[in-house]
Amino acid sequence: MKTLILAEHNGKELSPAVQQAVTAAQFWQAPIDLLIAGGNETILQKAASIQGVTRVIHANAAHLAHPLAEDVANLIVSLANDYQVILAAHSSYSRNILPRVGALLDVAMISDALTIQANNIYTRSCYAGNVHNVIQSIDKTQLLTIHSSNFAAATLGASTEIINIDAPAAFTRTRWVSETHNLSHRPALSSAKIVISGGRSLGSAEKFEEVLSPLAAKLGAALGATRAAVDAGYAPNDIQVGQTGVVVAPELYFAIGVSGAVQHTYGMKDSKIVVAINQDPDAPIFQVADYGLVADLFEVVPKLTAEVNSRN
Amino acid sequence: MKILVAVKRVVDYNIKVRIKPDGSDVDIAGVKMSVNPFDENAIEEALRIKEQGKATEVIVVSFGSTANHDVLRHALAMGADRAILVESDEKLQSLGVAKLLKAVVLREQANLILLGKQSVDDDAGQMGQMLAALLDYPQATFASSIKLDGNEAIVTREVDGGTETLALDLPAVITADLRLNEPRFVKLPNLMMARKKPIETLSASELGLDIQPRLTLLKVNEPPARKPGIKVNSVEELVSKLRAHEGIQL
Repeated sequence: MKTLILAEHNGKELSPAVQQAVTAAQFWQAPIDLLIAGGNETILQKAASIQGVTRVIHANAAHLAHPLAEDVANLIVSLANDYQVILAAHSSYSRNILPRVGALLDVAMISDALTIQANNIYTRSCYAGNVHNVIQSIDKTQLLTIHSSNFAAATLGASTEIINIDAPAAFTRTRWVSETHNLSHRPALSSAKIVISGGRSLGSAEKFEEVLSPLAAKLGAALGATRAAVDAGYAPNDIQVGQTGVVVAPELYFAIGVSGAVQHTYGMKDSKIVVAINQDPDAPIFQVADYGLVADLFEVVPKLTAEVNSRN
Repeated sequence: MKILVAVKRVVDYNIKVRIKPDGSDVDIAGVKMSVNPFDENAIEEALRIKEQGKATEVIVVSFGSTANHDVLRHALAMGADRAILVESDEKLQSLGVAKLLKAVVLREQANLILLGKQSVDDDAGQMGQMLAALLDYPQATFASSIKLDGNEAIVTREVDGGTETLALDLPAVITADLRLNEPRFVKLPNLMMARKKPIETLSASELGLDIQPRLTLLKVNEPPARKPGIKVNSVEELVSKLRAHEGIQL
């Protein structure tokens, strides 16, 4: 039996988390196929270069230019007979598609697995990361998304065979209309090496930008925000770090004016080094911080910005 | 047009759950329970659609024991027209609930099924997509905007790095993100009135579906704690500590 990875891409590039999904898939010690729905030559070449993959399967059709969950799920189901394990990195792409596959195959899905163990046992976090459940699946097909930051990225350098297949007919009752991308000169939040997040203490959208941007620019960091800061309109929704936003695990994470609600810490507690700057010495964020500085952020963040060397 | 909304009873999102001493599960005895926050967004959206004159009825349904009466009454107090409890003693999981909900959708001939994008206890985020697949309906998950235009729903979805807008033929399944709306505050008189409204009860076992759990909970653990950190006294001290880490360039 084999393992199938649904490989995410945005039409231009392969998601870097696919490399982590390959490492996760190696647990089963079975041939690994990567499935790419739609996509271009750059995406295929990148996929074919990942070490440890047996085949890259490319399904192309006009209706996969903007892949819908309905179409990708039908595509996976059309291939599913050959696979004992179907997995993907956890993201809004896979979360949209794989549960649909589960229902069509009549198997349960394990969302955002933190660990994979023998006998179809997994760990996953529940209650916003407050508890870790150890669960065992009794289904014949294992269907899961993995928590990418818990798995090392498979290396590149291979040149795997690419196989082209036809996709099932389009599901016409859903139609793609448009999309918007949050354009930013900063690195992507989910893959940035340094993330600087601001909380409600920033006080306004202007201050959020004024205080955090120069530091982010100097360090080449991505900007993040708490849900409170987003709800208050200080920062756009797509940079929200937390249970209901993006989960990040950078080398260095700055939590600035962040209280440390579980909702938020869920999204950043896998960061390698956490720095918290907050005026309230009792703020829960200090419990997850490696370095805490109890100070007025408006005073110390500009100082910090002056102190660090520019990356540019 | 009928809108069906499913509501889940979960530990209130402000509560930090405790694990039972034997590690078999979380201990929710005596803990405050609430409507799953995303489900409240779904109820609110259904009510707004009805208030715009684009729907005739909003029906809410919950699955589990009679303890779920409180979340159904909360939905009725918000303004839902009718409530159904599908009673079951089974440990219900996403796939099982999707099967039960499919039976209710077909029974009620609902044209639009509005759900929360995930529940804040399991954090799985699967049920809406599973339901859509079982019904072979169009789906739009993580909705931040829904506009109904005749037999079509135009839905904007929140995806990583931006948004995506889809057009769905009804009937369809849509799951709500937090940004979809701000759920209304429930007034006490409405809550009192909701107490008098009947809640219809269906028996899950009589629906004759395979709702056995497929995932067995073996153990519940505390997440590994981060190593305790230290407090630094100045920006200079912070920067020198950070610079001492291998691979950190500041």
